[in-house]
Amino acid sequence: MRIRALVVRIIRQFIRDKRTLALLLLAPLLILSLTKLVFDGRTVSPEIGITGSAAVLAAKLEEQNANVTVFDSIEAADQALKSGKLDAVIQFKDGKPDITLEGSDPSASRSTQLVMQKALQSNVQELAPTVHYLYGGPDMASFDSFGPVLIGFFSFFFVFLLAGVSFLRERTSGTLERLLATPIRRSEIVLGYLAGFGIFTLIQATLIAWFSVQVLGMSMSGNIVNMLLINLLLSLTALTLGTLLSSFASSEFQIIQFIPIIIVPQAFFSGLFNLDAMNPVLQKLSYIMPLYYGADAMRGIMIRGEGIPDIQLDIYVLAGLSILFALLNIAALKKQRRM
Amino acid sequence: MDETAVRPAISITQIVKRFGNRTVLDDITFAVPRGELFGFLGPSGSGKTTLIKLITGIDQADAGKVELFGQPMPQLKMLQTFGYMAQSDALYQELTGKENMAFYGSLYGLTGKALASRMQSAAALVSLNDHLNKPVNTYSGGMKRRLSLAIALLHKPQLLVLDEPTVGIDPVLRKAIWNELNVLTQKGVTIIITTHVMDEAEKCDRLGLIRDGKLIALDTPQAIMEQAGVHTIEEAFIALGRGKEEQA
Repeated sequence: MRIRALVVRIIRQFIRDKRTLALLLLAPLLILSLTKLVFDGRTVSPEIGITGSAAVLAAKLEEQNANVTVFDSIEAADQALKSGKLDAVIQFKDGKPDITLEGSDPSASRSTQLVMQKALQSNVQELAPTVHYLYGGPDMASFDSFGPVLIGFFSFFFVFLLAGVSFLRERTSGTLERLLATPIRRSEIVLGYLAGFGIFTLIQATLIAWFSVQVLGMSMSGNIVNMLLINLLLSLTALTLGTLLSSFASSEFQIIQFIPIIIVPQAFFSGLFNLDAMNPVLQKLSYIMPLYYGADAMRGIMIRGEGIPDIQLDIYVLAGLSILFALLNIAALKKQRRM
Repeated sequence: MDETAVRPAISITQIVKRFGNRTVLDDITFAVPRGELFGFLGPSGSGKTTLIKLITGIDQADAGKVELFGQPMPQLKMLQTFGYMAQSDALYQELTGKENMAFYGSLYGLTGKALASRMQSAAALVSLNDHLNKPVNTYSGGMKRRLSLAIALLHKPQLLVLDEPTVGIDPVLRKAIWNELNVLTQKGVTIIITTHVMDEAEKCDRLGLIRDGKLIALDTPQAIMEQAGVHTIEEAFIALGRGKEEQA
């Protein structure tokens, strides 16, 4: 009854506040689209300059998708490399190929090197191995690989921010005090918030899942229902964590201060970046981060087509964290009213 | 007659409240019988709002006892017995006046027709009927105050706890509100009100003068003025406050 009153109020507030609604529903779609545009997996053609007798390589390099320019002198080639027009210069020194890479972007250097290696070895093609993929495939772009993580991240980030600010406002505007002067239970407040915001996070989760699979064409090998479930659980964790932490903030600005402490480290540990090079003890930090479990399950579902049995640990952890944060929040409200 | 029926609406016994090592309320004792309009007068920072929070059970005293209608506070079910209006308007700015009332009304268990008719009469009391469908962020300061008061009256409480209710309300409406408060007390509603407006204080049945967390006088406005040998509450407040300082 009282929970229903809270839910109705939250829905009404959301509908009045069009900008906040847009932040929750449209901002994740916009950012996912931008990321897709940046990492859409199109192969990049390296610009390679060649001089002198190295010109014989031109055809082979072009076979590997490189744009080749032939220079008359090494000085002219070096000049072009310096001005940023080239990724690499090849010449022959003492009968051996001699390569100078531009070198300021490691990923560009790597792909240039790969192209040149392939071109130089292409006369031994009969020994090239046959390659099979267990998951994904040769067409999988990097966006397909970290897209699932991004979906989880945006659901988490926006819900955390919104829930935190709304609950804080309830406190600073005095409405929480008035709410607590009515016979409502502290648990009813927390449950009302969960249910009211839950409705919008469910809409958000559905929208993001539909958009990334159907519109952005993100690779999707699993069941979209599982994907929704994980996204919803992740949002609930963000919701309960956001409202809980808002008890420890005294202004909207202080909620923003939680972003570098709570949100950004999670982005690093969620699998967006490969952590294999990190100290193994520090790697374990990811086990306390909700986003790690959400991202793990999302990747499992979308890339490896995993079902509920494979991701059940992630489900339990996310559900458990939500319950824990909600209970802590009920306890934290004691600071406002003892009973 | 049922014994609880004759218990005073509010009974406060030797309460002490500290924030850190600062004593905000120091050994305060008084009782408010049913149907009385009791005023709390004191400068800002004197501990009025803290006392209100102890009465409503939002906060708990470090020592002493607070009882409402014979029931010890804080107690969840007793929150249904009083209407509360805080110093801040505590309204949802995006929502209309009506939606604000409906929300708080349902927290007190009002639904359907009962809720609608209570909303009508509470809004009529503060002359807000014409503005109920406008969002609160278009209201003037006085209108917000009136809406806040209407919300406190929604569930027909036996006790009204009003923290500075007439701040920002024009004199005509302020008079109307005071008349209405008097009508309510005649119906047996107990009202406890805080104010720092001296002429409002004179309209109360009884007054408690509070200063630096201590109760410096507790009587009818007339008796307080006589005791201090002056003709206005303002002078009485100054005289009695000075008296306390000399004793200390």
